[in-house]
Amino acid sequence: MPIKTEPFIINMGPQHPSTHGVFRMRVTLDGEVVTDIEPVIGYLHRGIEKLAEGRTYKQDIPLCDRLDYVCSMTNDLAYCMTVEKLAGVLVPERAEYIRVIMAELQRIVNHLIAVGAFINDLGAFVTPFMYMFREREKIVDLFEMVSGQRLLYNYMRFGGVSHDLPEEFLPALKKFIDKMPGFIEEYDQLLAENEIVLARAKGVGILSRDLALDISASGPVLRASGVDWDIRKADPYSIYDSFAFDIPTGNAGDSYDRYWVRMQEIRQSVRIIKQAIKQVPAGKVCTPVPLRLRPPAGEAYARIESPKGELGFYLVSDNSPKPYRFHIRAPSLINLTALRDMIVGWKLADAIIIFGSIDVTMAEVDR
Amino acid sequence: MYLFDNFWMHFVVFTAIIIVFVFGMAMGFIYIERRGIGRFQIRQGPNRTGPLGLLQPVADAVKVLLKEDLIPAKGDKFIFWLAPIITFVPVFMIFAVVPFQRGALLADLNIGILYVVAVSSVVSVGVFMAGWSSNNKYALVGAMRDVAQLISYEIPIVLSIVGVVLIAGSLSMVRIVEAQTVPFILLQPLGFLIFFLGSLAEVNRTPFDLVEADSEIVAGYNIEYSGMKFAMFFLAEYCETLALSAIIAIIYLGGWNGPWLPPFLWFLAKVFFVFFLIIWIRSTIPRLRIDQVMAFAWKFLLPMALINLVITGIQVLFWQDVLPWPLIFLNVAIMIVLILLWSRMFKLGGGRVEV
Amino acid sequence: MTLVLSAPEVATKLESHFPDSIVESREESLVVKSESLLDIASFLKAAPEYDFNYLTHITAIDYNSYFEVVYQLTSTVHNNSLVMKVRIDERNNPVMPSMVNLWRGADFQEREIYDLFGIEFEGHPNLKRIFLWEGFPGYPLRKG
Repeated sequence: MPIKTEPFIINMGPQHPSTHGVFRMRVTLDGEVVTDIEPVIGYLHRGIEKLAEGRTYKQDIPLCDRLDYVCSMTNDLAYCMTVEKLAGVLVPERAEYIRVIMAELQRIVNHLIAVGAFINDLGAFVTPFMYMFREREKIVDLFEMVSGQRLLYNYMRFGGVSHDLPEEFLPALKKFIDKMPGFIEEYDQLLAENEIVLARAKGVGILSRDLALDISASGPVLRASGVDWDIRKADPYSIYDSFAFDIPTGNAGDSYDRYWVRMQEIRQSVRIIKQAIKQVPAGKVCTPVPLRLRPPAGEAYARIESPKGELGFYLVSDNSPKPYRFHIRAPSLINLTALRDMIVGWKLADAIIIFGSIDVTMAEVDR
Repeated sequence: MYLFDNFWMHFVVFTAIIIVFVFGMAMGFIYIERRGIGRFQIRQGPNRTGPLGLLQPVADAVKVLLKEDLIPAKGDKFIFWLAPIITFVPVFMIFAVVPFQRGALLADLNIGILYVVAVSSVVSVGVFMAGWSSNNKYALVGAMRDVAQLISYEIPIVLSIVGVVLIAGSLSMVRIVEAQTVPFILLQPLGFLIFFLGSLAEVNRTPFDLVEADSEIVAGYNIEYSGMKFAMFFLAEYCETLALSAIIAIIYLGGWNGPWLPPFLWFLAKVFFVFFLIIWIRSTIPRLRIDQVMAFAWKFLLPMALINLVITGIQVLFWQDVLPWPLIFLNVAIMIVLILLWSRMFKLGGGRVEV
Repeated sequence: MTLVLSAPEVATKLESHFPDSIVESREESLVVKSESLLDIASFLKAAPEYDFNYLTHITAIDYNSYFEVVYQLTSTVHNNSLVMKVRIDERNNPVMPSMVNLWRGADFQEREIYDLFGIEFEGHPNLKRIFLWEGFPGYPLRKG
């Protein structure tokens, strides 16, 4: 005779050491097995889309920094590209190279943090996290050299970047990039074949290929499920078509594959930066653009491959200095759509790991 | 054999020594752990309170004493008050039979090691009382996980101790140390591994620390505890680590045996060595999930412990007087073969459940 | 490069299958009537020459006399994209068919549009506010 049991609802609340920001999940448990989850978001909703309608285009650049605060260079890049498309502004070649270098460095930073936090959720007591932050410190020092900031850079402008690279930047970057592959090898040695990481992450939280395309997933989440779709190759923007790099793809779509894809992407970013350093030309870094820019009436959508996925901005202009509609296509929000499918059937401990492997920043989800 | 002839003198002196030793070493271990883990993570540990941060445990103790003692309104108040006591006292009781030197122990029971095993099992009762009386779902989940883990790992521990007892021929701790002309870690390598992993699980240390997994269920059974009660749980964990390190030092590493230094210094050195291993593992390895922990205990450690027992029995029965060295090589070889073979067959279990 | 399909060509193709469903087709965007939205969307997803299996994003705009909901579809197979729009003139109770059964990625995005604009999507399995709390008065992203 089966024992009568009741479902047990646990609230993994907005304040939780491991939910990567203010994310709340109401989890229904049957013993240790999760039978249902209901994500509750909106704790970090600041109304950026409405705020942006009350400010001029240039004043919106710092707002875009604060969307996904871990990767603020790429947010700025996407927004500036959209406005340049809307207003028909051309970007000089040196600025394009600088933008690519900054975007790829930002990708390395984001993946280091994502992987570090993922292993931290697995329980390795912040040790890998500390090691990865050691590398992040060096990159953040490079960013501070160009923009004076460590987290929210406000560096891109319409028509280029705001300041030229100081003289000590390229040698310091070269020194860092030469040592970086050694650090990645170190992480791989410690983590990639670790029994416990494999036991906890392999086969856990599988996102099948069809479901991934159906929910419009993008970025490492989509590529780990076996879909070879990267905006840098499918719809190249800036000068990405002049670099040689690969797109790492997983095949199982489990948490381990998402972690593995990110580690491989760090290697590819290092490759792109090495090529960019050799090819940077001299020249201007910004096309002059009026302070209160009035783009012609119309709309534009431009997208980039941000470290979290496809980040796009959809702007509608009515020939006034302020945007009429400012919409952000947030990859983290859309990647979260399949969370329920990925977690149901696993245990409570796996729920945190699966959520961590999607790599979400709540500031981007809630905007 | 006691150090003092007068029973009461001996009793009072050694009780005082044990209390000072346990509390002092626990504070020292807290400090060593925080600095040690800091160095593993390429940062310094605490270095503000006192020179080199040496007063950090004192600062922790003062902080904890000054905190407000919250009691959940709907919990069972008597059990809530009793739980830390039941968790802490047995750990202290283990030290009654730990010998620092020949004759330097509180009570040379002739069932020494059995006493240790029996007393350390009472801790799981205290843990469950804590989880239940907190009136909190997280605490209950944590307590249930913990009790399951503690009970499962008792059996491999006891079986590996039986292996040592077979070779030494006695349950008394002093006799076990005296019988170690060759440290038993060499004669019983598999037993050492099983006992070590089992004791990591008993004290809820990584990789088995899912009970206090502060990245999942936010500290498990001692969520609702604050102030001195929380300090008792915290101390109980460190003292139990110390106790089990001492037991490992005694039954596997040879207790107080060693050349030119005084014996109790050798004992302390061995305890430190085992504790350092525990810290090293904590700062490096991620943690397992509860069903993997269970599978590991029942499907891997238990059969290994049984096989170890059978082999030890055969060796004691037939090769009593053989020189130790061939036996050592034989045992190490058997251990390696068994571990390799068994891990091929061992599936960690778990997997997706259809709902 | 992703080829943005020219809307007039797609419009002529669609007119032959679904007569009287296109409102207008300028160079880059195709405006469709909301009654025929589901049929056209299913056709665009299933037809092998289009094969739009990926919904890039959905958003809404409030022009003061009407709402406009914008869909951007992408085909990862052919590497094409298409922008499709629907206009709603009803300001008090705007209703649209939901795309969740075709592309599950519409789930959270339609909830967001409901939350911030007040446009209801029929057929959505869980149409609740997503960012703001239940009981929030009004719809913030509407103009005026």
